[in-house]
Amino acid sequence: MSVAPPLLAVEGLTKSYGGIHAVRGVSFSLRAGEILALIGPNGAGKSTCFDMLNGQNQPDTGHVRLLGEGITGRKPREVWRLGVGRTFQITATFATMTVRENVQVALISYGKQLFSLFGSAPKFDRDEAGRLLELVGMGGYADRPCGELAYGDLKRLELAVALANQPKLLLMDEPTAGMAPRERVDLMRLTARIAREKSIGVLFTEHDMDVVFEHADRIIVLNRGALIAEGSPAEVRGNPQVQAVYLGEGLVYDARHREGASA
Amino acid sequence: MAFYVVQFLTGLASAASLFLVASGLSIIFGVTRIVNFAHGAFYMIGAYIAFTLTERLSGAFGFWGGIVLAALAVALIGVIVEMVLLRRIYHAPELFQLLATFGLTLMVEDLVVLIWGPDDLVGRRAPGFKGAIDFFGQNIPSYDLFLIVLGPVVLGILWLLFQRTRWGVLVRAATQDRDMVAALGVNQKWLFTSVFAVGVFLAALGGALQIPRDAVHHAMDLRIIVEVFVVVVIGGLGSIIGAFVAAVLVSELNAFGILIFPKISIILVFLVMAAVLIVRPWGLFGKPEAPARKTPGLTVNPWRPLTSNERLAALAALVIAATLPLFAGNYALTVGSEIAIFVIFAVSLHFLMSVGGLASFGHAAYFGLGAYGVAFLAKMAGLPMIVCLLLGPLLGCMGAAVFGFFAVQLSGVYFAMLTLAFAQIVWSIAFQWVSVTGGDNGILGVWPEKWAASPSHFYWLALGVAALVTIALRAMVFSPFGYALRATRDSLLRSEAIGINAKRIQWTAFVIAGTTAGIGGALFAYLKGSVFPDNLGISLSVDALVMVLLGGVETVSGAVIGAIVYKALNIWLVSQTDLSKLVLGGFIVLIVVVFPKGIVGMLETLAQRRRKSSPPGSPLLAKPIESAE
Repeated sequence: MSVAPPLLAVEGLTKSYGGIHAVRGVSFSLRAGEILALIGPNGAGKSTCFDMLNGQNQPDTGHVRLLGEGITGRKPREVWRLGVGRTFQITATFATMTVRENVQVALISYGKQLFSLFGSAPKFDRDEAGRLLELVGMGGYADRPCGELAYGDLKRLELAVALANQPKLLLMDEPTAGMAPRERVDLMRLTARIAREKSIGVLFTEHDMDVVFEHADRIIVLNRGALIAEGSPAEVRGNPQVQAVYLGEGLVYDARHREGASA
Repeated sequence: MAFYVVQFLTGLASAASLFLVASGLSIIFGVTRIVNFAHGAFYMIGAYIAFTLTERLSGAFGFWGGIVLAALAVALIGVIVEMVLLRRIYHAPELFQLLATFGLTLMVEDLVVLIWGPDDLVGRRAPGFKGAIDFFGQNIPSYDLFLIVLGPVVLGILWLLFQRTRWGVLVRAATQDRDMVAALGVNQKWLFTSVFAVGVFLAALGGALQIPRDAVHHAMDLRIIVEVFVVVVIGGLGSIIGAFVAAVLVSELNAFGILIFPKISIILVFLVMAAVLIVRPWGLFGKPEAPARKTPGLTVNPWRPLTSNERLAALAALVIAATLPLFAGNYALTVGSEIAIFVIFAVSLHFLMSVGGLASFGHAAYFGLGAYGVAFLAKMAGLPMIVCLLLGPLLGCMGAAVFGFFAVQLSGVYFAMLTLAFAQIVWSIAFQWVSVTGGDNGILGVWPEKWAASPSHFYWLALGVAALVTIALRAMVFSPFGYALRATRDSLLRSEAIGINAKRIQWTAFVIAGTTAGIGGALFAYLKGSVFPDNLGISLSVDALVMVLLGGVETVSGAVIGAIVYKALNIWLVSQTDLSKLVLGGFIVLIVVVFPKGIVGMLETLAQRRRKSSPPGSPLLAKPIESAE
């Protein structure tokens, strides 16, 4: 009897730049509806790892499988067509278009109407675009120029865009970076809710430990390109190796942060 | 065998000047990120001043001293240009920098004619290198041997300069990260100025050294700049070694291309360039560029379709334009037809440049191909006019499909240089392939049939086609395809991440723009009754850029207004002065520095200000200009 393949399966992913081994033999998997955090100190290889999942970067060795189908070596746009949405660490949006138009472009692409020369784009899936914006709490901003948005709003817009193709998997690279604490909690709650409702698997990287421990179902920890721990938030928190390489640093930061806040 | 060796040596000798100019361009680009279009102009001034000096000064010292003095004098001119003009536009979008330096080129072309006259000037032979050396019965000018040695010597000097001097270290550092260099307390202003001076010195020296080989004339700037663009595209912008290797390669290809394809030798260079671009889009010795700054990017002003009131206003403007034959004479109608044709040309480039963010510097190629298409069909196949008008633009379409495929592999300044080089290749073919195109004499007698022959009928035809084309392209801006195209312009990363094949979208846009330009060219052939290589020349390409820029790159309707104003002004100017290039060049520089948003952009800004200060309800007042199509 065969077991259904996991939503995302990563096996032995490796990437070197010259003599630097950015990612060394990383393997993990992700189920539908699960929220998995990928954490690690700066330079651990998180972003490299992330970029190899949707074809932004190609691994030297290793495989990425989506529902059992190999997607290693595919281009980002092909991976997207298979149902993988993504947001970027530094937001990438269409600055000269309105918020709604940003979502509409994604919907046009999803509807395979990219080469339609004489249709009306402003009317294209206008309601669906509105719904997606409503979903991420951006309904009131639909007609605003995207270039005018605050950073936190851009992150939410990216989420709406990433949801446009009814994804099975969401890849979010530091989704809450640059946001106010309150916004972070809201965005992650929202993401968690959407993931549960639509049974979307979410993989995210994050520096904010509060966000990670509160929202992740499971955590994998990367250090110097290698996976050093994997487990539930409680397990990872209690792992001495993780504490040594990562949480130690986090605690120092936290203490300093508090001093700064009280001063 | 001896013949081939001599041919090879001739190629090497030609490479010397090409290398000097190309390395200068590369050094300037490396530090200032400006592609100095005026580099060819500095090369030409170098040659002219060297001609004057070597004629006045006598003896060997006079000759060589004159060459060096000329290069130094031009470097001084370069310093002035840098301080007065370029410093104002270092932070402008790269398109504006290219245009400003092109404006300078135009001014210089008229200035040299004003000072030195329009005739070719044949300079002195170099003292000590007047003879030729016999090589198995073939003659090699000894001056060529001098140039062959000079190339590597200059390369060596530049290498020492960059590796062994403090200045060289700063230049290399600034090439990698100029913000960091500034943060380290280096006076950037003077670093930029000195780099520009060195680059211009090299260009002028290249020009001055050409006088014993070639006559000095006032079109040598465009010829060299196109070759230099090809060299830096092949060698890699910013690499001096790349400039050297590619200069040798291009010169040799030219030297041997004449043997293989005597009529269209430039084809060989094109094939090699295409091959390099496929394998290494950033050139043999270049590095992949960080994503370029967005071409439009002065404001964030989302586009919207016309409101119904604005549509009515546009329709009214069209109706008024259609009544012109009721009161205007034949000359005015011919001018009106020409303006309508240039509206087609301008909106086609606008589609590529403003909507797609791809600033083509060789858009006239497709306009001219459309014109030649009509001429071939009408003269050789003898087809009726309506068929010619429908099929002629297909030649522009095919040209755009071939060149566009390669061009969209690149972006930013590389795209601009490549499109310019392609246009120049098409021009060379039209110019050299006399048996098919008639060469310089063009193809004559392409007259419209009776139904369109009278000025008023032709005017209505041109106006009608212009209106249709404008409406169609405008509809495309707001079509799903238009959104996708704008998406690729705004963020390649995001476009690819939502399933958009950006290159294919851009290629499609290139073909649409090229075909549309071809429609303009087809009408133009009938308007003039003839087709010449100038119909696909660089100055026409730049006319298109200026029309779009004048109207406002970031507006949807700017191209139409820009075309009308510019073409009317141009026709009037040519009738008023012999120095039209000087005035035009000055005008371009002025627009870039003073009105970077163009006419429509400026009006929109004014309208917005008024809207903010006045109660709501009146904004329509300021809009009719934008919608007057």
